Amino acid sequence: MSFFTVDKISLQFGGLKAVDSVSFSVEKGEIFTIIGPNGAGKTSIFNLISRLYDPTSGKLFFEGRDITEVPAHQIARLGIARTFQNIELFENATMLANLLVGRHCHTTTQLWQEMLFLPSVRRAEKEHRRMVEEVIEFLDLQPYREKLIAGLPYGVRKVVEVARALCSEPKLILLDEPSSGLNVEETDDMSFWIRDIRTDLGVTVLMVEHDMTLVNRVSDRVLALNYGKVLASGTPAEVQAHPDVIAAYLGA
Amino acid sequence: MRFVFKTDYNQDIRLLKHSGYWWSYGALLAVLIAFPYLVGSYLQSQIVFVFIYAIVGVALIILTGFTGQASLGHAAFLAIGAYTAGFLQSQGISFIVYFPAAAIITGAVGAMVGFPALRLSGIYLVIATIAFAFIVEEILARWESVTHGNEGMRVRTLDFLGQPIPRDSDAFYFLCLLVLVGSILLALNLLRSPTGRAFIAIRDSETAAKSMGIDLAGYKVKSFAISAALTGMAGVLFAHKMSFISPEMFTLLLSIEFIMVIIIGGAFGVHGAVLGAIFIVMVDPFLTALKDDVPVLGASLATMLGMAPDAAGKLRETMSAIGSAAGLKGAIYGLLIMMFILFEPYGLYGRWLKVKLFFQLFPLYKKATFKRQKTYVKSERNR
Repeated sequence: MSFFTVDKISLQFGGLKAVDSVSFSVEKGEIFTIIGPNGAGKTSIFNLISRLYDPTSGKLFFEGRDITEVPAHQIARLGIARTFQNIELFENATMLANLLVGRHCHTTTQLWQEMLFLPSVRRAEKEHRRMVEEVIEFLDLQPYREKLIAGLPYGVRKVVEVARALCSEPKLILLDEPSSGLNVEETDDMSFWIRDIRTDLGVTVLMVEHDMTLVNRVSDRVLALNYGKVLASGTPAEVQAHPDVIAAYLGA
Repeated sequence: MRFVFKTDYNQDIRLLKHSGYWWSYGALLAVLIAFPYLVGSYLQSQIVFVFIYAIVGVALIILTGFTGQASLGHAAFLAIGAYTAGFLQSQGISFIVYFPAAAIITGAVGAMVGFPALRLSGIYLVIATIAFAFIVEEILARWESVTHGNEGMRVRTLDFLGQPIPRDSDAFYFLCLLVLVGSILLALNLLRSPTGRAFIAIRDSETAAKSMGIDLAGYKVKSFAISAALTGMAGVLFAHKMSFISPEMFTLLLSIEFIMVIIIGGAFGVHGAVLGAIFIVMVDPFLTALKDDVPVLGASLATMLGMAPDAAGKLRETMSAIGSAAGLKGAIYGLLIMMFILFEPYGLYGRWLKVKLFFQLFPLYKKATFKRQKTYVKSERNR
C-alpha cells in the first residue's frame, strides 16, 4: 500500500460536487502537486485530508491506516501538517509562540503540572524550543523570533506558516499555494525550501500550486483537476501536454 | 533601553526576565506589604476590593483575553463561590476545606457553561452566559433551604484553623493579596506552557488551531473551568469581606463591572486585570467625592472668581444635583467603555507600555509605532 492514498473521495455541498470521486496516491519522499483552475476543488481536497470537511463518500489512508473518521485535531499527531492558502497564523502572538503551537501535538504535560510549572514542564518547554530553533535555522527566520505576526510582511508570514507546520515534525506536509503572493525571489527561495524539506528532512510534500515554473521545478508528479474531477496525472511534462488539461486552461 | 543578551532558553521561559523586573516587582511587593501599616481602614478596605476584583479580572483575561470567549456571567460564578463558602461554613466545615471546594464546584459549573461555547461564538455566547447568570440569580433567590432566598445570608468571620480573621484585619488583606498573587502566577504559568498557547491559538484562528492538533472542545471547556474556579475563589473572599450576601448583589451590573475591569485595564496581559480593578474600585470613592466635595469646591472657586454668593449657592446645588443623580455611575461606566474601546483598545496597560516606550526611545519615538496594518482577508473560515 502507498504511503498516502485517497480512494474515490467525493465532497458534495448540496447539489454541487466540489470533489467528485478523486483517487490518487502519494509515495514516501515524493513531491506531489495538485493543479487546476480556480474552483477545481484543490483546497477542498486539502480540507478533506486535514479532516476539516467530512467526505460524502470515499476513504483516506495514511501509512495503511484509515483516517477518514479521525477527528481534525488528531491529524497532526499522526504526522500530517498543513499550511493555508490565506495565511492562518495566530496574529497577536509572537512568531516564537506560533511555532511553539506547532509543537502542540507533542505535548506531554498535564494541565495541573503546567499551572505549577513543574520542572517536567520546563524540561519539555526547552525541548520544544530546541526543535523550534532547528526549524528557525532551517528557514532563516532568526530575525523575527520576538516579532508579532501582525507586524510581519506577507512574504515572511508565508514562510512562518511553513515553519509552523514543520515544527510538528510531520511525515506528510500539505502546502496550499506556497508561492501565492510571493515575488520572484521569494518564490525561488520557496522552491529550494520545498526540495530541502523533502531531501533534508525526509518529509513527503503534497502541494497545491498555480505557478507552473515552481511546479515544474520541484514536483515529481502532478495531478490536474477540474470541476472536482481528475483530468490527468503523471510527470509535470506529461500533464501539461495532456489535451484535457490544455482544454481546461485555454478553452477547447 | 535595555537589550537582553540571550544565551539560554531559560531566559525566555523565566517570568522575571532581567534584573529590572526584580527591582520593580520587589518594590511593588514591598509597598503592598507596607500598605496596611500606612493607610487608613477605609482605603485598606478598598484595596481588598481591588484584590478581589483583580482576581476576577485575571480569570476573565484567561477566558476573554487569551481564549477569546466572552462572558457576561462572571457575577454568577462569584455568587456560586460566595454561597458555597457561606453554606459550607454554616455547616461547620473549615476554611481550608471550603475554599478549594468552592473553586472546584465553581470550576465544574464553569465547565458546564463552557459546553455551549463549543457551538456559540461572539454575541451569542455573551447572551448564553447572561442567561446562565439569570438562572443562577433565580436559583439563589428560590433555593431557600440553602441560600435563605432574598433575605440573604450572613457569612460568619473567617476562621483559619481556629484563628479568626476578621474582614477588616491586616491578615485578611494579606490573605487576599496571597490569593491574587497565586492566581497571577497561575495565569502566567499557563501562558508560558502549551495550554496557554493553545488558548491564544483558539482566539486567533480556530481552523489553524484545529489543524495544529488542538482539541477545541477540550481547551474551551478548560478555559471556562479555570476562569470560573478563579472567580469562585474570589467569591469566597468576597463573601467574607461583605459578611452578608444576597442574590441582588450578583446582578448583571456586577458582570459588566468585571468586563470593564479588563476593557479598561487591557485584556492582552495580566497587568490589565490589576490596573482595571484599581480603576473600577476607585470609581466609587471618586463619585462620593464628586457628590460631596466638588460642589463646595466649585462654588467657593466661583465666589473667588467674583461670582455673586447666591449665584454660587445655586451653582453648588446644581452641581450636587448632578453628582447625586440616579444612574450617574452607569452613565460614567458606559461612557468609559466607549472611550476605551474607541481610543485605547489596549487599555491602561497598553497606554502604560506606550508611555514607557516613549521614554525608552526618546527622542526617536514614532507616532505610528503601535499602528497595526489591516489584517489580510480571511476567507475560508471552516466554521
